[in-house]
Amino acid sequence: MSIISMVLVVFVAFLAGIEGILDEFQFHQPLVACTLIGLVTGNLTAGIILGGTLQMLALGWANIGAAVAPDAALASVASAIILVLGGQGVNGVSTAIAIAIPLAVAGLFLTMIVRTLAVPIVHLMDSAAEEGNFRKIEFLHIAAVCMQGVRIAVPAAALLFIPAESVQAFLTSMPAWLTDGMAIGGGMVVAVGYAMVINMIATKEVWPFFAIGFVVAAMTDLTLIALGALGVAMALIYLNLSKMGGSSNGGSNSGDPLGDILNDY
Amino acid sequence: MAAEKIELSKRNRLAVAWRSTFIQGSWNYERMQNGGWAYSMIPAIKKLYTTKEDRAAALKRHLEFFNTHPYIASPILGVTLALEEERANGVAVDDVAIQGVKVGMMGPLAGVGDPVFWFTVRPMLGALGASLAIGGSILGPILFFVAWNLIRWGFMWYTQEFGYKAGSAITDDLSGGLLQDITKGASVLGMFVLAALVQRWVSINFQPIVSRVPLDEGAYIDWDALPSGSEGIRTAFEQFNSGLALSPTKVTSLQNNLDQLIPGLAPLLLTLLCMYLLKKKVNPIIIILGLFIVGIGGHVIGLL
Repeated sequence: MSIISMVLVVFVAFLAGIEGILDEFQFHQPLVACTLIGLVTGNLTAGIILGGTLQMLALGWANIGAAVAPDAALASVASAIILVLGGQGVNGVSTAIAIAIPLAVAGLFLTMIVRTLAVPIVHLMDSAAEEGNFRKIEFLHIAAVCMQGVRIAVPAAALLFIPAESVQAFLTSMPAWLTDGMAIGGGMVVAVGYAMVINMIATKEVWPFFAIGFVVAAMTDLTLIALGALGVAMALIYLNLSKMGGSSNGGSNSGDPLGDILNDY
Repeated sequence: MAAEKIELSKRNRLAVAWRSTFIQGSWNYERMQNGGWAYSMIPAIKKLYTTKEDRAAALKRHLEFFNTHPYIASPILGVTLALEEERANGVAVDDVAIQGVKVGMMGPLAGVGDPVFWFTVRPMLGALGASLAIGGSILGPILFFVAWNLIRWGFMWYTQEFGYKAGSAITDDLSGGLLQDITKGASVLGMFVLAALVQRWVSINFQPIVSRVPLDEGAYIDWDALPSGSEGIRTAFEQFNSGLALSPTKVTSLQNNLDQLIPGLAPLLLTLLCMYLLKKKVNPIIIILGLFIVGIGGHVIGLL
């Protein structure tokens, strides 16, 4: 890999690290991070495919409160670098993903360390506020942002220093039953991300829509966009209907004729 | 008090909106987004207050605890800008009122941001982009990145302006049915699309063969009886199209049987199992690693 590629990879890793905490531009999402690393190393197609596959796994990974979700930034960056160094192109995708998962856990601990390190930084901000010093607060904030970038940039740089031959030797030494098995496992792991999201939004009220979605997807060839349009339409219809039923508070005098009949029954 | 009213220009407000992109930058376990909040408010504080004491007081006021969904901070910033502007113009808005608005809005609003952005919009755009990307298309990542950032920036700027113009009255608006509607609509859409994703993208293939039934003569392509050369290929395709099987035995795998019930049954059960385990507070990482082990083990014994 050329020096320029290496510098660019570390830069992408830095952006991904920053985004891992900001969650704004989404540079840390596999779809974006893996594609960019593929782009700067001349493995664009393999990077895109890796990004897409890993994105499917990572759909439900979100920074919410104290919930423990694996770190998408380190997983994307590390797996993309391993894919590039391995030199197997598209064939190396499933192996790269299996290696990325434990790294996602490591990334989580790094995030926690950085978030703790940020505590003294805000104390410095307090004293800067005391003096009305805008510059200092701005500087401290930007330093904290960069600290998050370094969190991913350093492991990425370290990976780059592993000679490509050793990565390749390691990857080719893996027997077929292991790599095939990991690919099969990868197909199932996708379920975990979905389960996390469903757990977050599921209520008794919306479960029927899950059933409809499942059956429609199983029995038709509709594309995701078509399914999305159907979903939006159903959400709007549902909201309007539940308003027509009078106040949404429920109760016996809801003004909902069917509800009243059922209650009397 | 000076007769001239100090107002935040659109430029000031844009600067605040841009800075709020970095609101989570100094996220810490003590006061969470406080550093990023103060960082976002700086352009406004500079404009509104001129004395060192006022500026110091304003900075301290905005370094208090704050935490919400990063995009949902925008309407709250808007309201706070309106309040700070009034205060700078001599209206009696005390620290408690400002802190009260911030804390009063961040809780309920975060409850909208998470389901809408993290659990509906991002999984959907992500799945859409990923399904294109798995085929190797650059459109996948581009679509995801562009669409997401348009939605994000549009939301942040529009809601910050909305908050700024509505001022503290926004709290009444938002506590009404609108927020509940958005959350409910997003969960309806989310559940529908997630079910489709589970059906399409979780893959389990059971390999074991359930039955081998020999087919009757004439129900399969008799390869030896085909004419030679390209004529033979043509005949074979014709026979295949008319529904003839490729081999003289009909092999039915366990997967074929399951698919006759409904395609995607095993993925559905697996997803429900994962949901159950997650509810039992099993760490997602453990489940992920476990599934890899099941995949490898299942493949070795010929099940998967």
